[in-house]
Amino acid sequence: MNMGTEKQFCTFYLQGLFFGIEVEKVQEVIRYQGMTEVPLAANVIAGLINLRGQIVTAIDLRKRLGLPSREAGEVPVNVVVRADGGAVSLLVDEIGDVVEVDEKMFEAAPSTLKGQSRELLTGVFKLKDKLLLALDTEKALDVSQLAEQSN
Amino acid sequence: MDDNLNARRGESRDTLSPPEPEVAEHRELDVSHSSIRVDVGLLDKVMNLVGELVLARNQILQFTSGQADTAFVNASQRLNLVTTELQEGVMKTRMQPVGKIWNKFPRVVRDLAAECGKEVELELEGAGTELDKTVLEAIKDPLTHIIRNAVDHGVELPETRVAAGKPRTGHIRLRAFHEGGKVNLEILDDGAGIPLERVKQKAIEQGLVTSGRAAQMSEREILNLIFLPGLSTAGKVSDISGRGVGMDVVKTNIEKIGGTVDIQSVPGQGTTFRIKIPLTLAIIPALTVTSGGDRFAIPQANLLELVRLEGNGSAAIEMVSGAPVYRLRGSLLPLVYLNRELKKPAASGEQATNIVVLQADDRSFGLVVDEINDTEEIVVKPLGKQLKGSSNFAGGTIMGDGQVALILDVLGLAQKANLLAEIGAETAAHHSRGASEVQDNRELWLVFRVNRSGQLALPLSLISRLEELEPSTVEVSGNHEVVQYRGQIMPLVPVAKTLGMEPENRGQSLSVIVYSQEGRSVGLVVSEILEIVEEEITVEGRGQQAGLLGSAVIHQRVTNLLDVPGLLAAAQIPMETRA
Repeated sequence: MNMGTEKQFCTFYLQGLFFGIEVEKVQEVIRYQGMTEVPLAANVIAGLINLRGQIVTAIDLRKRLGLPSREAGEVPVNVVVRADGGAVSLLVDEIGDVVEVDEKMFEAAPSTLKGQSRELLTGVFKLKDKLLLALDTEKALDVSQLAEQSN
Repeated sequence: MDDNLNARRGESRDTLSPPEPEVAEHRELDVSHSSIRVDVGLLDKVMNLVGELVLARNQILQFTSGQADTAFVNASQRLNLVTTELQEGVMKTRMQPVGKIWNKFPRVVRDLAAECGKEVELELEGAGTELDKTVLEAIKDPLTHIIRNAVDHGVELPETRVAAGKPRTGHIRLRAFHEGGKVNLEILDDGAGIPLERVKQKAIEQGLVTSGRAAQMSEREILNLIFLPGLSTAGKVSDISGRGVGMDVVKTNIEKIGGTVDIQSVPGQGTTFRIKIPLTLAIIPALTVTSGGDRFAIPQANLLELVRLEGNGSAAIEMVSGAPVYRLRGSLLPLVYLNRELKKPAASGEQATNIVVLQADDRSFGLVVDEINDTEEIVVKPLGKQLKGSSNFAGGTIMGDGQVALILDVLGLAQKANLLAEIGAETAAHHSRGASEVQDNRELWLVFRVNRSGQLALPLSLISRLEELEPSTVEVSGNHEVVQYRGQIMPLVPVAKTLGMEPENRGQSLSVIVYSQEGRSVGLVVSEILEIVEEEITVEGRGQQAGLLGSAVIHQRVTNLLDVPGLLAAAQIPMETRA
């Protein structure tokens, strides 16, 4: 029993893919709520939400990862993560369980992964029945490089 | 009753008659009891909570307007009053006298004066004027800078002063006072004043304005040139000043907190800087408007008036070479359409035009919005790091219904709409060229297309004329199509074909861009001339295709930049000069 190598991940789904964020980075998970659009902002920015009086930017993680857009009628979930500039919400399709993973199962992202997904992942945990893609939240939240109004 | 009480107090004092020292001690104790030190973090937290309360109050007031229950209405009115008072009270706890940042100025002035060999006296007036802590911190550096400038540039050397019939010792006065809900700060010196001619000359030399433009400038406009980045009138560069960095930063810092700076200068008699800043930034009165289905807040500090054009309002709006203006009491008010600026769909059903007249810098302009809603106190909240780059919004706020609304950055908006461009654009261009080797240039570009798929651009400076030609005038010479043009044979280059793009069918007339070099002209055949834009562009993907310089983003669209010599080479049209 080596407890030191165990890590907890908050997991969620995006277009069938199984992602995870270190649980200590997640502040809370909240239901989808109405957002205020930000005109002229980069298209990964879904809008602004009111989180108990605090204005939180919501990033559409599907768009951030270059995945196809959610179909109409599908309601995303806000995963609010702590970042150095304040809380930021990531919009995901569906929330999963908190899973414990062993560091030994970790492997760097396969080089065949394309484009943005590869840059934004720290690596992959090989779970028994599926793969857990570990998201690099810092990189995912850094949207400063994305041009404003990239259609 | 009161008399009675006073009498009794007097009596008790008399009878007790404590010895002197004890009284002094007592008073000291009183003072220490009446003030306590509080952690600023705690005050910020209380401030935030009061902000929340203000929001909740706004929400309840919205409910109240539709209620008939008097008891409820009364209670909510009391809540309203108490909240307002609480808000003022909490605001006061964050207030600090401006003297707190002033107390180091005498030393700054003394040291600097000694260094420059000058004699300067500093007078402080109104040190007790109170300001919000955040505002106070924000003006500390700009103030220091202006004072250093006053000593270094303003006040002359003692000998010069005596020769000019002034007292040996220069005088700098710092004044602070409240006026019209704002704090006014004045820095007056009795020095040499700002040499207008020198400022003008320097600005022309450094390419910040053209000489033609400078000749038309008013005194006030010339004075405002010192706020441009890069301008310094000092003959030599010293540790203290003359590096041309500073006044622009002063101005931006003050404007960042919603303040304004104004200069007055009389040659030989001195310079006055007038700074107006809001008391606080946390809770501000704002006008809410709706545009493109979203609500936006506009700080009232920027608001001048509201104009509503009934009926078909667009009739009253005239165009000056493509720019909409409205005649407001005889003077032209440039109009900016918020929907267009924010790339939102225009409102359907032209019923009435709502114009919000705003002040930005020294100019006023009209912002056309779909709907004007209401004024209310809003709590300014910062936007996340992800939106920091946006110059359109100054922050966010939470409205009565719990939804987030964005606060418009009026200055940023005006700049974006090129309202303040005259001086600013020239400066920006000058800087980007001078400061870095990066290929950034603000130029006029002719944007056109050669087929349905994309747009191309050429610098306007390379183009001598645009022509529409009859297809019947086109003749064939060798492998090339040519036309007779101004007594010459001008070869035509089908741009789409040469670049290997899908050509479009030619219509009734040919759009031709005439490119001239050393007396020879070539006509570039395109499908449609789209527009002329002035934009600072960054060229990417250089030299990937013959005939193209690379691509850049113009008006949010990826645009290929044409390389005419390359294109002519590809079309096998010789452009050598005739010996």
